[in-house]
Amino acid sequence: MPFVWKRILGTVPSLIGIVVITFLLSRALPGDAAAHLAGSAASADAIAQIRAQLELDKSLIDQFFRYLVDLAHGDLGLSLTTGQPVLHDLATRLPASLELGACALLFGLGLAVPLGVLAASPPEPWVDALCRGSSAVGSAVPVFVGGLLLIYVFHALFGVLPRPSSAPAVMGSTVVDSLFAREWVAFRSSVGRLVLPSMLLGLLALAPLARTLHGAMQRALGSDFIRTARAGGLGARKILYAYALRNALLPLTQGLGGVLGLLLGAGVLVEPVFGWPGVGAYAASAVLASDHAAVQGFVLMTALLYVLLNLAIEIARVALDPRVRFEG
Amino acid sequence: MGLFLLARNTRGVVGESRFAWAAAAVFALLLACVAFGDLLAPHDPFAADGTARLAAPSMAHWFGTDALGRDIFSRVIVAARFDLGMAVLAVALSFVIGLAFGALAGYFGRWIDRVLGRVADAITAFPLFVLAMGIVVALGNGVSDMLVALVVIDLPFHYRLARSEVHARRHLGYVEAARLGGNSALDVLWSHIVPNVLPAMGVQAVLRLGGALFNIAGLSFIGLGVHAPAPEWGLMASEGASHIASGAWWSVVFPGLALVLAAASFNVLGDGLRAGLYPQRRA
Repeated sequence: MPFVWKRILGTVPSLIGIVVITFLLSRALPGDAAAHLAGSAASADAIAQIRAQLELDKSLIDQFFRYLVDLAHGDLGLSLTTGQPVLHDLATRLPASLELGACALLFGLGLAVPLGVLAASPPEPWVDALCRGSSAVGSAVPVFVGGLLLIYVFHALFGVLPRPSSAPAVMGSTVVDSLFAREWVAFRSSVGRLVLPSMLLGLLALAPLARTLHGAMQRALGSDFIRTARAGGLGARKILYAYALRNALLPLTQGLGGVLGLLLGAGVLVEPVFGWPGVGAYAASAVLASDHAAVQGFVLMTALLYVLLNLAIEIARVALDPRVRFEG
Repeated sequence: MGLFLLARNTRGVVGESRFAWAAAAVFALLLACVAFGDLLAPHDPFAADGTARLAAPSMAHWFGTDALGRDIFSRVIVAARFDLGMAVLAVALSFVIGLAFGALAGYFGRWIDRVLGRVADAITAFPLFVLAMGIVVALGNGVSDMLVALVVIDLPFHYRLARSEVHARRHLGYVEAARLGGNSALDVLWSHIVPNVLPAMGVQAVLRLGGALFNIAGLSFIGLGVHAPAPEWGLMASEGASHIASGAWWSVVFPGLALVLAAASFNVLGDGLRAGLYPQRRA
């Protein structure tokens, strides 16, 4: 347990850094935030009033403490586009994004693990080529271009999936909610809309995951304990899965952190393309409307989520390999 | 720096593989677009032809036309200057700043190292594309704001590499000798350590160009930094997005293809550069 506490404490500097940076982004950068918020038609009086209201006339330190107090109360400001508190907007849309992210990760891992294992165990050229090829494509095609191509192929060419832009803007975790409510029509339509974006994000995650696992498997299979296991007469399958793969999982979890950052960023590009009602689409529309509070709220929330996910990975790694406990 | 090494030692960098030669050819083509884009484009990239809106690729318009009837082939060519120029400028600025800070932190250590290390950690605590979004929006959503955002999110990588490479060389024999010879600390750092750090940093910089390019295109795809009617690959894909469901694939495919080819050629050349500079590590 002290290990867990140490890791939790270890996130404190990151958290401080994140709060300071988002504070700077939301208040202290060049340009008159008050004039911006008031709009182009506002009078000088109105601007001054907003400035006083936002306490932009106070010192930077005062503003920072005010910002901390607001954060502690969960106050991220009001969204210009929805008229709702930003926190409320984000909270209602986050489940849909998590649903998409989880499906994408499952899809990516579900492909990366067999590919990485197959490519490393008796090295077959076509599996190796498939592994390299798919990860090359996954990292070489910008995710929004890939998304638009999927829409073209599945909607315009084959017409098998619903037109993404006609998606109703349902909030909440659409798939899980409709499943629990036993609304089968809604369930089927939301699953149908989830398939393409999670495939796309999954392919994005696949590239680094497969590459990491491939390398780790090769290293594991070349190590002494595998030679010993082989000499001891263990079966090839047992060696591959029980010995090599388990040891290769640790580097894989290390690669997972970077992949999560990639997915969190890509959500902004993928969700609007597929009309998925998550935080990414919300941020993208906030960008178009110059809705500062919403964008900075999204940036802050995503960063906090990223830190939490990385913490969870760190803790999970101890379960996979007790040696991690003794690292730094 | 990378370009200089490339020019001096093309064969060593490109190597024997056909793949690398193809990448070099694509790279040369892109450079031609950057340098002579205006001359190469068969049409005016801004001229809207109302009679040929969303026309499919044909002999008159090789890549088809967009929703306003502008020639996509010309726009893809002309956009190379902005996209590639921006990527190179962003990575180069980040490289120089990261090298300066990283060298100071690695050589002097102590509080400089601790403070700068914390700043780098704070930046990488964000998913970087999301941070770039936040910076561009906060600064006012212009092209220069995009440049600042790209430089900031790339800084930690250049900084950390420079720091660790300088740190590892700080007490090597030739460095101690230079110090004993009476050179000032900055002289030792600048004339004896930094030149040895440049190759590794140059390889990393070339390898980061592809990512910078995707970030530029991604930011303009969601409406940040570059604005219509500027020809830019990400923005063009975004303009084509609303027409793809009705079958106008060319408005997305060709700008997308330009992005893919440019990023892939950067990566192959970066790998070649690494193999040329560190032959012992060639797999």
